[in-house]
Amino acid sequence: MSRYCYLLLLVACFPLDSRPAFAEEGIVVPAIDNPATLKECGACHFAFPPQMLPARSWKKLMVNLKSHFGEDASLPEATRADITAYMVSHAADAPTTENGQWFLRGLPDNATPLRITEMPFWRRGHEEVPRSYFTNPQVKTASNCMACHQNNGEGTGGDED
Amino acid sequence: MKAFLGIALGAALLTATAIAAVDHGRDAILAAFAVEAKKADPSFTGFSAQRGQAFFAANHTGGKPDTPSCTTCHTRDPTQEGQTRAGKQIAPMAVSATPDRFTDPEKVAKWFARNCNSVLGRDCTAVEKGDFITFLASR
Repeated sequence: MSRYCYLLLLVACFPLDSRPAFAEEGIVVPAIDNPATLKECGACHFAFPPQMLPARSWKKLMVNLKSHFGEDASLPEATRADITAYMVSHAADAPTTENGQWFLRGLPDNATPLRITEMPFWRRGHEEVPRSYFTNPQVKTASNCMACHQNNGEGTGGDED
Repeated sequence: MKAFLGIALGAALLTATAIAAVDHGRDAILAAFAVEAKKADPSFTGFSAQRGQAFFAANHTGGKPDTPSCTTCHTRDPTQEGQTRAGKQIAPMAVSATPDRFTDPEKVAKWFARNCNSVLGRDCTAVEKGDFITFLASR
């Protein structure tokens, strides 16, 4: 059965509102508009929105691409610097990020999570989702946002989600 | 009718030219690996699809624990889609299924550098890379 049929079945059997909590609260996450970020991050996983981690997390993550969650994700220095600058300047705590505080709620100042799934906003939003949803082979991991939150894969579309 | 034939012929020629350009790109990459292989070992005589297949299917040691083999992400059948550990689809590695595989030198260099380190914990040799491409070009 194709992945999509399976997901349809999943949703049919276990109705689950796939709209993120932030969309329900009218918080819009702008689409990523940095080509290197979309291309390079998006090569292996959903290009995660920079708003979902603080700048310190992106900095820490982007200096160790050689060992990136169990894989080598090295990039040429110019590309790495370009992506880092974009993620840091659009991070949850960047001065121009709208609604960044929503994503930071509950995060201690001294915490530097490297995974969005470690963020309190993420945990709050997924506490009722059964663990089996994430371990399902079609989903594979909680970092596979797109398995449940369908959109164009280039940044979440806020209300449309 | 003549106009139609002309268009059809033109389209066929264009397609043939595009395929030839893609094949040429892959041949150039293989030729560069062959030069490197010969330099490292003067007795090198050519790449082997069979060796490439064994390398592709093997469980390697020395790399990162979550990625012991090419097949971890690319599956055992290279004509099928693979899946990254983060759940994203990977286009088939077999050239028959993804005709532009191994035609962009930068892309080839980037992924060998990353994935050889992830799977083997070292750079791949020119022979390993050439065998790998030769195997997947035959699929």
